[in-house]
Amino acid sequence: MSLWRQVSRGLWTLTHRRAADQDLADELQHYLEQLGPERASQARVTMAREEARSYGWENLIEQTLADIRYAARRLRSSPAFTIIAALTLAVGVGASTAIFSVVYPILFEPLPYPDAGRVLMISDRGAGGNRVDVTFGTYAELAARGRSLSALAVAKAWQPTLTGRAEPERLDGQRVSADYFRVLGIPPLLGRNFDAADDRPHGANLAMISDALWRTRFAGDSAIIGQPIALDGDRFTVIGVMPGGFDNVLQPSAQIWSLLQYESSAGFFGAAGNHDAREWGHHLTMIARVRAGLSVETARRELGDLARTPAPEFARPYWANLDNGLIVHALQDDVTAGVRPALLAILGAVLLVLAIACVNVTNLLLARGVQRRGELGMRAALGASRGRIVRQLLIESLVLALLGGALGLAFASAGTRVLVALSPPELPRSSAIGINGPVFLSAFGVTLLCGVCIGLIPALQHQRPRLRSTRGALVVAEVALALVLLVGAGLLLRSLDSLLSIPPGFNSARVLTMQVQLPSERVARQTLDAVRRVPGVTSAAFTSQLPLSGEVDGYGVHLESGDYSALRYTASAGYPQTLGITLRRGRLLDGHDIAGRPRVVLVSESFAKRIGGDPIGQRLRMGPDSGWSTIVGVVGNVKQVSLAADETDAVYMTTPQWIWFDSKQSLVIRASDDPAASDLAALTPAIKAAIWSVDKDVPVVRVAAMTDLVARSEARRRFALTVFEAFGLVALALAAIGLYGVLSGSVTERLREIGVRSALGASPAGITTLIVRQGMTLAALGVVIGLVGAVAASRAIGSLLFGVTAFDSVTYVGVVLVLLGVSLLACWLPAVRASGVAPLISLRSP
Amino acid sequence: MEEKNTDVIQGTLDLLILKTLSLAPMHGFGIARRVEQVSRGVFKVNPGSLLVALQRLERAGWLDAEWRQTENARRAKFYTLTKAGRKQLEVETEDWNRRAGAVMRLLKAEG
Repeated sequence: MSLWRQVSRGLWTLTHRRAADQDLADELQHYLEQLGPERASQARVTMAREEARSYGWENLIEQTLADIRYAARRLRSSPAFTIIAALTLAVGVGASTAIFSVVYPILFEPLPYPDAGRVLMISDRGAGGNRVDVTFGTYAELAARGRSLSALAVAKAWQPTLTGRAEPERLDGQRVSADYFRVLGIPPLLGRNFDAADDRPHGANLAMISDALWRTRFAGDSAIIGQPIALDGDRFTVIGVMPGGFDNVLQPSAQIWSLLQYESSAGFFGAAGNHDAREWGHHLTMIARVRAGLSVETARRELGDLARTPAPEFARPYWANLDNGLIVHALQDDVTAGVRPALLAILGAVLLVLAIACVNVTNLLLARGVQRRGELGMRAALGASRGRIVRQLLIESLVLALLGGALGLAFASAGTRVLVALSPPELPRSSAIGINGPVFLSAFGVTLLCGVCIGLIPALQHQRPRLRSTRGALVVAEVALALVLLVGAGLLLRSLDSLLSIPPGFNSARVLTMQVQLPSERVARQTLDAVRRVPGVTSAAFTSQLPLSGEVDGYGVHLESGDYSALRYTASAGYPQTLGITLRRGRLLDGHDIAGRPRVVLVSESFAKRIGGDPIGQRLRMGPDSGWSTIVGVVGNVKQVSLAADETDAVYMTTPQWIWFDSKQSLVIRASDDPAASDLAALTPAIKAAIWSVDKDVPVVRVAAMTDLVARSEARRRFALTVFEAFGLVALALAAIGLYGVLSGSVTERLREIGVRSALGASPAGITTLIVRQGMTLAALGVVIGLVGAVAASRAIGSLLFGVTAFDSVTYVGVVLVLLGVSLLACWLPAVRASGVAPLISLRSP
Repeated sequence: MEEKNTDVIQGTLDLLILKTLSLAPMHGFGIARRVEQVSRGVFKVNPGSLLVALQRLERAGWLDAEWRQTENARRAKFYTLTKAGRKQLEVETEDWNRRAGAVMRLLKAEG
């Protein structure tokens, strides 16, 4: 009842202010008429009316609205200030919102699966504690023995070529075991899921397709279910379409799925040890869903127990004996672990930018406060309470912040697109990046926070301004924050420099690469011949995996001296020469090392060192290959995974001598030195034409210069560096503007004093020195404080650094010099103005 | 300032209004006059405070307000005690008695 009256009376007053005032006036009028004129002075009437009017919550709203209108009027009346302050805030809010939109789905949002916390990623643990893809045998064993998992699945990448409709198209897809989508918990939108009965050798060719493929290739027609399509020349039946919102984090670009259809009956993995099958390669990604009601920890413990206790009915080969156990991670952590350090660093950087922007605007507000001292004094004299004035000033800063925030949101929506374009290709969940509800809320929250922060100091200081010291302190803070950012940017720059100066083990100049899908070894040979005949091509070769391309194909290697693991390259004979990999000992492989001839291999220097003794002549067996091969040569180490990683143990053999033909091959082409033929991009069409002259259905993808692959391999650091550089420059500019603003404000305040000084004989140079010294003292103080912060911050980005320590003196000295140089510049203009002050000014100015 | 000593004791204005209106519906000036008369001039009511108090009590649901003709044919806003207001008067009266009694006991107590 009473709440109802509160609300309804208040609303009525708000909407009928005039009638409410009239009502009050009438009542008061009646009262005062009764009271008689001698007691009803005008002052009493006014006071009584104001008192009665001020009652009710609606007055708070009305006052606030009035304050907002007033604030808007004031901001309009000084457009230069408003624009600069709003733009500064917009940079801060926009940058932080854009960064948050990228970071949010990766670091804060659960994966878009039901009960996503129960989905695990399981990998084999290598001898060095590193992660290794699992073998199918491991999967089959865990699937049969595991009790704590409700679903277990493996997957591998698959790039089939879709033919028969329009032009041939190479699709990105996965071969999965039957429960893949059950582990993720996402059923198909149309049709049916894969079933265990479908996943057996020589089973029917079935496919599920993504919503995107369904819409673009099949016009979103639901009649596609049950229809045949042609993939790599085979007939597949489409049985299901995945929903549009399905985010396949293991391979976001996948458009099509089919079944592995490996042999998994228990007898196959029996004591007989059917180990020479392809199923035993470390080439599968394994995911699992923990059974409802059990904890992730229980599942982790069970998996550990299973790894430790082999069962006789599941014999394990030496390269998949699980002696080192399994690595079990939440899928969420696994997906985000790679980019987490870079993203956290960037998040930290953007908060620094936001802080600098706020400090700068606070400074601008303080400077304006000086001009408003008269106005606020007048208000106080007329009876405005301290709280009322503080509220009004806070509302002004909030209005300013909202203006900046709105602009910032516009910046952010553009910035988000730029960030996604700049982002490293392995950035997960990029489809979820955008200005959505939570991101919008964060922008709003940040804006309000900025509004309060920038308004607080001016509001609290309006009565007893200690302006000079406050503004000085703020400039010191700005310089310090800018230094932290610049040191971060500098360290990342030096890291990238030292990474890119690491020899990759090959000569990337003038090398063009592309990936092809070849039907047979014969076509591969003919294609190579055709490509070598293209004018401008010096040499060409195939390899099963290309360095720094993201491919990592490792196998267990068995020698008489022991078991190791190494990267496997099956390549055409001229591969090391084409890529410029140097021969250290022995001989290279040549055209005589073909099927039927004695099997020979090359090993990398690091592998030769690992196995010890004279490598030449030692024999090895690799992965599922039961035959022995002899080492005939040692070649230089090649960076396969990344420039920073030292995993360079490798074994090379010729394509015909490996036990199967890898249909996915990378073509490596070295262009001649002839400048006319050396333009790699111009060479591409001729090479494609040569490939298609042999087989017109060969898909050609991922065309890239080797130099680009090298650069791209450090995309994560480069991304962090780009963002830090941009933020560092913004911070530097804001700090310089802040310093300039404070000094020129100070010169204005001290005009009289400067006039007197010059009247008393101070030279212009002396006055310049005075002002510059004042500014540089602040800058130096900021540098000292910033150095402390920078040391802490560079520890935080330690995992992104390479080849430099967090205390890299070159970076620190460089950044300090740059910052002091810019500060000097910012001091110079006000100082020169001060030195030009005529002595007379001391007489004129008030 | 000269009225300071005769202002209504802080917090008792609501009680005095409720009590006054429990006898008959009245307009603002009527309430003020009655409070002053009955208290023999000890309490003087400030019109601003009175109008605020009347608004507050009305919104609390203890009073109803209505414009009516007075006996000398003028329009005035009359306040009537509601049922809830009557209950509130009892509560506040009891509260006041308890406190006043306590103060009296303290004043009478011998060192």
